[in-house]
Amino acid sequence: MNMMIKAYRRKLDVANGRVDLSHGAGGRAMGQLIEGIFHKAFDNDWLRAGNDQSAFSVPGGRMVMTTDGYVVSPLFFPGGNIGSLAVHGTINDIAMAGAVPLYLSASFIIEEGFPFADLERIAQSMGAASRGAGVPIITGDTKVVERGKADGVFISTAGVGIVPDGLDLRSDAARPGDAVIISGSIGDHGVAVMSKRENLEFDTDIVSDSAALHGLVADMVAAGGAHIRLMRDPTRGGIAATLNEIASQSRIGFRIDEDKIPLKPEVAAACEFLGLDPLNVANEGKLVAVVVAEGADAVLAAMRAHPLGSEAALVGHVVADDNCLVQMTTSFGSGRIVDWLSGEQLPRIC
Amino acid sequence: MKYIDEYRDGRLAKDIARQIAALADPARSYHFMEFCGGHTHAISRYGLEDLLPANVRMIHGPGCPVCVLPIGRIDAAIALAMRPEITLCTYGDLMRVPGSNGSSLLKAKAAGADIRMVYSTLDALRIAEAELEREAVFFAIGFETTTPPTALALKAAIAKGLGNFSIFCNHVLTPAAIQNILESPDVRKLGTIKIDGFVGPAHVSTVIGTEPYEFFAGEFQKPVVVAGFEPLDVIQAILMLVRQVNDGRHEVENQYIRAVTALGNEKAQAEVANFFELRESFEWRGLGEVPYGALRLRPQYVAYDAETRFSMVTPAAKDNPACECGAILRGVKKPADCKLFGTVCTPDTPMGSCMVSSEGACAAHWTYGRFREKARQVDVGRAVA
Repeated sequence: MNMMIKAYRRKLDVANGRVDLSHGAGGRAMGQLIEGIFHKAFDNDWLRAGNDQSAFSVPGGRMVMTTDGYVVSPLFFPGGNIGSLAVHGTINDIAMAGAVPLYLSASFIIEEGFPFADLERIAQSMGAASRGAGVPIITGDTKVVERGKADGVFISTAGVGIVPDGLDLRSDAARPGDAVIISGSIGDHGVAVMSKRENLEFDTDIVSDSAALHGLVADMVAAGGAHIRLMRDPTRGGIAATLNEIASQSRIGFRIDEDKIPLKPEVAAACEFLGLDPLNVANEGKLVAVVVAEGADAVLAAMRAHPLGSEAALVGHVVADDNCLVQMTTSFGSGRIVDWLSGEQLPRIC
Repeated sequence: MKYIDEYRDGRLAKDIARQIAALADPARSYHFMEFCGGHTHAISRYGLEDLLPANVRMIHGPGCPVCVLPIGRIDAAIALAMRPEITLCTYGDLMRVPGSNGSSLLKAKAAGADIRMVYSTLDALRIAEAELEREAVFFAIGFETTTPPTALALKAAIAKGLGNFSIFCNHVLTPAAIQNILESPDVRKLGTIKIDGFVGPAHVSTVIGTEPYEFFAGEFQKPVVVAGFEPLDVIQAILMLVRQVNDGRHEVENQYIRAVTALGNEKAQAEVANFFELRESFEWRGLGEVPYGALRLRPQYVAYDAETRFSMVTPAAKDNPACECGAILRGVKKPADCKLFGTVCTPDTPMGSCMVSSEGACAAHWTYGRFREKARQVDVGRAVA
């Protein structure tokens, strides 16, 4: 049957063709697009079954489920693109529960006129990211909207995972005295994306830190699972937003040390140039962990032994604070607040 | 980072702070105003106030171009941007500045206005060139530092014969505002202002030099130290001011010798003078009308002046009457003395000019230093107990 359908389908002209409204209309062209780009890129048994859903097996334990939308601009940036970002981001949301990610879904909203070649690049990098992480994309959806009604491609994902027995990480679990650990240098992703933004292109060697963190998390859990209170990936809003979020959810404060926060000189320089605070800049392959003080050394050692945590650093502690403030000892030895960002981070005039 | 880290050396800062503490006479107090928002930002972000003795106090002045733009000018820009033929080009940090009735450029954009964020005047020119069927208006704001690029954009537009490019000019002048802080009629209403000296903005002086402050220092007998924006620059300027006050001097000193000269950049000044002239008066948000405190295009360039070209009207719009920005900008009150501070007025919901941009006095104090109020209250509580 499949062989017969293939015989009637023209091959997509990936090099020169563009998405048109027929590719979202549910007919032959849509099938051609899905098979020619997405199935090819994500290739696995579930997708090959050709259903609108996938049945899958799960081991016993508590499940986690997450969903996310990706609307990044530009779509391609040093170190990744919207596709790999969607896979890594969703895996990381699952991993921050200490869970083992199992399966992903991906839904595409594509703007009419979008080149097949770019779509294939995105799909291929998604496929590579999901295979690299061992987390297959097992179901999906495709819609095409008129030109001007989307910005190239939007991707929605969902993911499921299983939490190991005995592990229960909660956002309100931080307690005074706990250690705060960051897995590596901050702001790399945000600066890499900004460096390619229209009107703002500047030369930098910085590439996005986009990565799937579940392997690092598994090593952390193995080394000190009982001591880990919670984990969070500091994406939009950066470290500042993440710590403030945890502080208000756990009703505690933080005292962090500016000198201990890993920051690449190139990222610091770009932030200087743009008038941005690296603490507010997005990351896509970093995590913040709050760990009971006596377990901090073991967790930190496990992180440093993993390639994605080799620059991990203990940057501060949880303190009692009814105002839930994140305070920082500056490189001058003085103090200041690290606040939420107000609105969008906009470059200063001077 | 070469040329940055050298000016952020914590040990050096502590050493300078020790010198300030040793020189500051315990029998007197020192009040210095840093005029520029860039300095306010550096002081807050690096917590420099923690390093200063209690009798050396910094007063955060009005020097943030975003903060001092009056509500009426934002309203006028929004009204212009809503016209179908207009593309308004603006620096990003103007987008969130509140106009009347909760409006802003960000909200106008969402409502359909063609507003583009640009990073330089040349970006605005490029938009005008690329879309000749539309009218590109550059929303020009800033002190002496950002005026030369506006002049150059105008020069380029004229050279290219771009008939669809114009400027909504809101450039303001530093020395006039400093003078206003010390001698405007409001000063008598607000009470005695205790300012013993000024930290002058280095970026402004890279253009105008240090000389414009000579008259000011002599006339008002206040020392001025022109300083850079790195934390070590600022703390060194404070040390220089303490020395001047102790010696009874009121001179203009240059801390930023790596880029500032007495006469400044004369070529840039000439370009500005070619295209701009003084306005007799201009409203500064928080300060009111400042005589000769702003620039407008010269009459021969009226075709490039958006205000005339599009018959723009600047509606009268007042700040919340409970807002204490005027007193805070002049050093009579501190941010936390204002009833609105941290209650209805926060960086997310700014009511007054000092809270509008991250470099405003209130926004900087809220974002980086509000824990100090808490610590102070606890200390007072302990002392009373």
